[in-house]
Amino acid sequence: MDIQTGSRLRNFHQAKWDEEVIFELSTPGQRGIHIPEVETEIAGLVGDGISKIPAAMRRATAPALPEVGQMRVLKHFLRLSQQNLGADLNVDIGQGTCTIKYNPKINEKIAGSPKAQDIHPYQHASTVQGALRVIYELDLFLREISGLDRFSLQPSSGSHAILTMAAIMHKYHEVRGQADTRDELITTIFSHPSDAAAAAVKGYRIITLYPDEQGMPDLEALKAAVSERTAGLFITNPEDTGIFNPEIAEFTRIVHEAGGICGYDQANANGILGITRAREADFDLCFFNLHKTFAGPHGCGGPGAGALGATEELADYLPVPLVGLDGDSYFLDYEVPHSIGKVRSFFGAFPVILRSYAWVLSMGAKGLEETARIAVLNNNYLLKKISEIDGAASPYTGGKRRIEQVRYSWEKLYEETGIDTHDVTHRLADFGFHLWQSHHPFVVPQPFTIEPTESYSKDELDEYLDGLRHVVQEARTEPETVKRAPHNSVVHKIDESSMDDPEKWAVTWRAFLKKHGEDAAKIRG
Amino acid sequence: MKKLGLIVNPVAGMGGAVGLKGTDGPELLQRAEQLGALPQAGKRAEQAIAALSPLADSLELLTFSGSMGEAAAATCGIKPQVIGSGSSPRTTPEDTAEAARRMATHGVDLLLFAGGDGTARDVCDAIGTSLTALGIPAGVKIQSAVFANSPAAAGRAAESFLSGRIRREKEAEVMDINEDDYRREILSTRLYGYLKIPDARRLLQGGKSASAPDERAIQQAIAAELVEQMTEDRCYIVGPGTTCRPLMEMLGLDYSLLGIDMIRGRRLIGKDMSEREILGKMVDGNCSLILTPVGGQGFLLGRGNQQISPAVIKKVGKQNIIVAATAEKLSSLRGRPLLVDTGDAETDSYLCGYYRVVTGYRDTTVYKVSDCA
Amino acid sequence: MAEGERVHPYIPNSVPEVKARMLAEIGIDDIDTLYEDIPEELRFRGKLNIPDGLTSEIALKRHVERILSKNQTCGEKVSFLGGGCYQHYVPAVCDEISGRSEFLTAYAGEPYEDHGRFQALFEYQSLMGELLEMDVVNVPTYDWGQAASTSVRMAGRITGRKVILVADTVSPDRLKVIRTYCEPVMRIELVGHSSDTAGLDMGDLGGRLNDSVAGLYLENPTYLGTVEESGRAIADALHGNGSLMIVGADPICLGLLAPPSQYGADIACGDIQSLGNHVYFGGALGGFIATHDDEKYVMEYPSRLFGICRTERAGEWGFSDVAYGRTSFAVREQGKEFVGTAATLYGISAAVYLSLMGPEGMRELDQNIMQKSQYAMKRLSELEGVRLRFDAFHFKEFVVDFSATGRTVGAINNALLAQGIFGGKDLGDDFDELEGCALYAVTEVLTREDIDRLVDALMAYLS
Repeated sequence: MDIQTGSRLRNFHQAKWDEEVIFELSTPGQRGIHIPEVETEIAGLVGDGISKIPAAMRRATAPALPEVGQMRVLKHFLRLSQQNLGADLNVDIGQGTCTIKYNPKINEKIAGSPKAQDIHPYQHASTVQGALRVIYELDLFLREISGLDRFSLQPSSGSHAILTMAAIMHKYHEVRGQADTRDELITTIFSHPSDAAAAAVKGYRIITLYPDEQGMPDLEALKAAVSERTAGLFITNPEDTGIFNPEIAEFTRIVHEAGGICGYDQANANGILGITRAREADFDLCFFNLHKTFAGPHGCGGPGAGALGATEELADYLPVPLVGLDGDSYFLDYEVPHSIGKVRSFFGAFPVILRSYAWVLSMGAKGLEETARIAVLNNNYLLKKISEIDGAASPYTGGKRRIEQVRYSWEKLYEETGIDTHDVTHRLADFGFHLWQSHHPFVVPQPFTIEPTESYSKDELDEYLDGLRHVVQEARTEPETVKRAPHNSVVHKIDESSMDDPEKWAVTWRAFLKKHGEDAAKIRG
Repeated sequence: MKKLGLIVNPVAGMGGAVGLKGTDGPELLQRAEQLGALPQAGKRAEQAIAALSPLADSLELLTFSGSMGEAAAATCGIKPQVIGSGSSPRTTPEDTAEAARRMATHGVDLLLFAGGDGTARDVCDAIGTSLTALGIPAGVKIQSAVFANSPAAAGRAAESFLSGRIRREKEAEVMDINEDDYRREILSTRLYGYLKIPDARRLLQGGKSASAPDERAIQQAIAAELVEQMTEDRCYIVGPGTTCRPLMEMLGLDYSLLGIDMIRGRRLIGKDMSEREILGKMVDGNCSLILTPVGGQGFLLGRGNQQISPAVIKKVGKQNIIVAATAEKLSSLRGRPLLVDTGDAETDSYLCGYYRVVTGYRDTTVYKVSDCA
Repeated sequence: MAEGERVHPYIPNSVPEVKARMLAEIGIDDIDTLYEDIPEELRFRGKLNIPDGLTSEIALKRHVERILSKNQTCGEKVSFLGGGCYQHYVPAVCDEISGRSEFLTAYAGEPYEDHGRFQALFEYQSLMGELLEMDVVNVPTYDWGQAASTSVRMAGRITGRKVILVADTVSPDRLKVIRTYCEPVMRIELVGHSSDTAGLDMGDLGGRLNDSVAGLYLENPTYLGTVEESGRAIADALHGNGSLMIVGADPICLGLLAPPSQYGADIACGDIQSLGNHVYFGGALGGFIATHDDEKYVMEYPSRLFGICRTERAGEWGFSDVAYGRTSFAVREQGKEFVGTAATLYGISAAVYLSLMGPEGMRELDQNIMQKSQYAMKRLSELEGVRLRFDAFHFKEFVVDFSATGRTVGAINNALLAQGIFGGKDLGDDFDELEGCALYAVTEVLTREDIDRLVDALMAYLS
């Protein structure tokens, strides 16, 4: 269907280079880069360096890496980059729960400084005072935002912070001689699935609470769930539906009464900065995703960082080292009495930490609150507009406001047209948009989750809305266009039939050549 | 070229319009005809086939002659391969079964059948889970989970499956209502069997978390948890359903998929038992009951497991009821509670409350159970 | 936002007129209404003690750069630090590509709009596969410690066993990470090493093998820089016991050294920081896990695995997730693990790095490192009272024993620091028997002059 005049939609077409796989570009003898030759004095003293390699540890055959000149390597990866949408390019509000906001370029400049890139973690503390100060001060800022007492910036992501919470919970009960008897972790289905999965890694039995018919976490179910076996509660709030659980303090009270500890998954904190905190809801632990709320770029899936905060009591369990300040010098503090040890080598994802530090400085207290308020405004504006689209709905509303995101449903559209949420996603790609569904299992049928953040202008939100309306209209008038989408993207419908077949799948080029060598030759001639 | 099988039960649904509840058996059918009922299953099949038009060039349609599919195909402008014919002038359940068997021989990729619960039963008898099948709702009684929500939805699901957009399958329940009771306004349902249907959940790539494992794997995880919780001296009453089947398989026991079995000391002490047999084998105070919701409404008791009577429940005790269900099943209830309908209001109200539901290995949920009041 | 304040450059809809229009559309007067479901007792009504925003780039840049200026860098000084984070040269093209907005700011798009990410990561897996001579490699996880931890859990699931042996020559930091991740579900037992060569104590290994042992995790080269020569014998002992061999390796040594698969490893893991990623205060890590293409192994990966396939258009490559609905073969596995944001961008830098290097580059690089490290070892061992702790082949790291000099490693490093040299990491804290020893790392970025400066500075200090 043609884009109508008056629509904000673009006649978009993504770059399509039909680029080879890097191995196909290989010409024996070509070089991408040179290694400096060793000084003759060195060779004179130790010889070729190779002959001393023990026979058993000598590589039998050289690795079959491609041999490609430098410019062609550059061109190859630049082309691949052009065949990728980044948040800098599109209106990336369709990746709900991930807080895809603006990642300021000045923070990249700062993070790219040799003063950040070229410091080694084992340098003497006196030579890394700047880096230690960054970690120390970001800890102070996060204490303010959460109300908790100390942060570790060591965890590498939200899920990793959850694992760290589970390790702390385990150690806490171990110190009290209850590690074996308290083996149950309670969470909710609209919390991030890692709240359950990462805790299970530490051996916990998982109890998941379902929402009641209004979509609210069921307090009565929680009461039925707690016992002397309760180790703790890990809960996301606002939940992935965008609903703030108003009874959250009652949840922590019940779990504390049962002897458990409470971990607050604040992955969805973007709408509540300066509005409500872990402290007031009486949590013992909480974490923020620096690569989400605190403006770190997502890097195609990392690096990220999960900043983990604790009350004074539980700060004694945080991973080592923390960063302390003694007079005017910063130091690595290994004196953490019940520390769980480490969850990552060294001190955390420093480039991510540094960017987030710069972001908080650029916002200030007022800017943080404005971030939250506009993120919520944008979300509720979209909620209003999307609710008016025939075919879309926002179930589990229960008359509640939504904070920073909404989990919507295409159920009606699907019932009426057979176009499901995946089809819509693929068609939206034709306009340079991305749309994500939900974690599994799909509690909301035909789900999609939108989180607009504070970064996008009203015009951009309206453009995205036009995209949704356009696809919905097509679903009713020319469903085949939607089903066969994408049309303007990099590639056409992918034949995924080999992906679940051990005889056919190929995770590497060498595996592909073994399994489909003839086909490879045929495709490319 | 994909092969699609089509079976129309031409008499299905004829009772509905004239106030009869079903057309099982020649007498009823005759009455329906006398009351002026017109065949409509063919029309419904046409609506489903229409949704398959995107695949027109890459599809081979196999069917029986005349009203059993050929006519509906022709209306849609498709020339089918006719692989048999039904009885004349009126088709019988055996015709449906025979057609289904022939579809299996021809190796169709998907079998669409238009009818009601009775038709599903006949298909189930003929092919079990050897073929992937899907029901086009055309009968009066549609309690089975093997039917799509509408004829068009059936067509669309078939199109998605045949075009490879849906790749998974799952087992769905064929329910059987006792027609005599049904006509007397008594809903007496029994779990009849299972058909393998396309699983409309699509695996979308590019997700940021792992997708859910398939249903079978989850059922095995549930079984592992149940087995681990079992104690030697206890007696376990195992209700019907696919969620309970892997439990019996894991224990290496024979079982009845649709009936009630009993285990003690990890040995089978009773199979497909009646209420009386269950009561006879029960040991006071040392019995557990393993239940799983049956059908789409989330009934724990009263649909397909009436053998577990109020007397049995009383003897087991509420605290000894173990509920197992996949998270997918619970999600499909959308916050509605699990239901009990034992026919005895007192028992139902006794059973209400929150239960630990086993949803995987070391994985549970706390879920509400209500009566139908 | 109060009247008269400037709209923040990152928050466009703060413009009062826009805000008013959007509120009108929603049908409310005040944004605060949207927070009405948050009970008053949970509202934070105080003021965050965070400084006023540095909303101009100039002010922000000046402020943060002033703080960072307190750092002294490996580039400004001469650094011999390693121990899991290495100063290898990062080619300019690596930075160019990993800094591209399209990669830097993308996240979890479909294989259609994010085809480039899928292909780049498939190529990363493939290039690593060639280096490791293994057919399955994951999309990067957090770091080596995480890769080792997950490898251990995979071994537990594959074998259905609960004990994991760990060579005590692994990185102490990583051992801590492994403990946090794997205990109490798995039990960790340490296997000793020869005090002369740091090679695995085969007697100790043999004594610990029984039917509860899922496998052995060892690092080669070890944390102490020594190269283990008995890989094949270790593999045979493990396999004879139905246990798996997990080898952690810094992939940069594999241009010339045998990949773990060559001597029988079932799972290989390690870090890709060396491959085109900066030292970054130890913050630019990424873990890899590799196995053979065996369904039993593939199904136990918690990570994403990108696969290559075709599209409906002839000649077009498509990419997607292999075994996306991955189901563990182990029904009773405790902890399915999890997948999420990890270290993908570093995988892209590593792909660019290996594409630039090619087989010849990797060979030259490894030779360069070996020659320079051997040079440094030889020169240092000639110093009075200084000796090399282990008699083994080393790749780029080695343990220098200063105990006979009468000086502590701390004192020596302070003296070196005064000369603009970062001396090797003190091993005394982590290994009782290595009191007075330091771990030195030599990479291709160092010159003969740098090494000579170290030797001269030590000579001056120790005499």
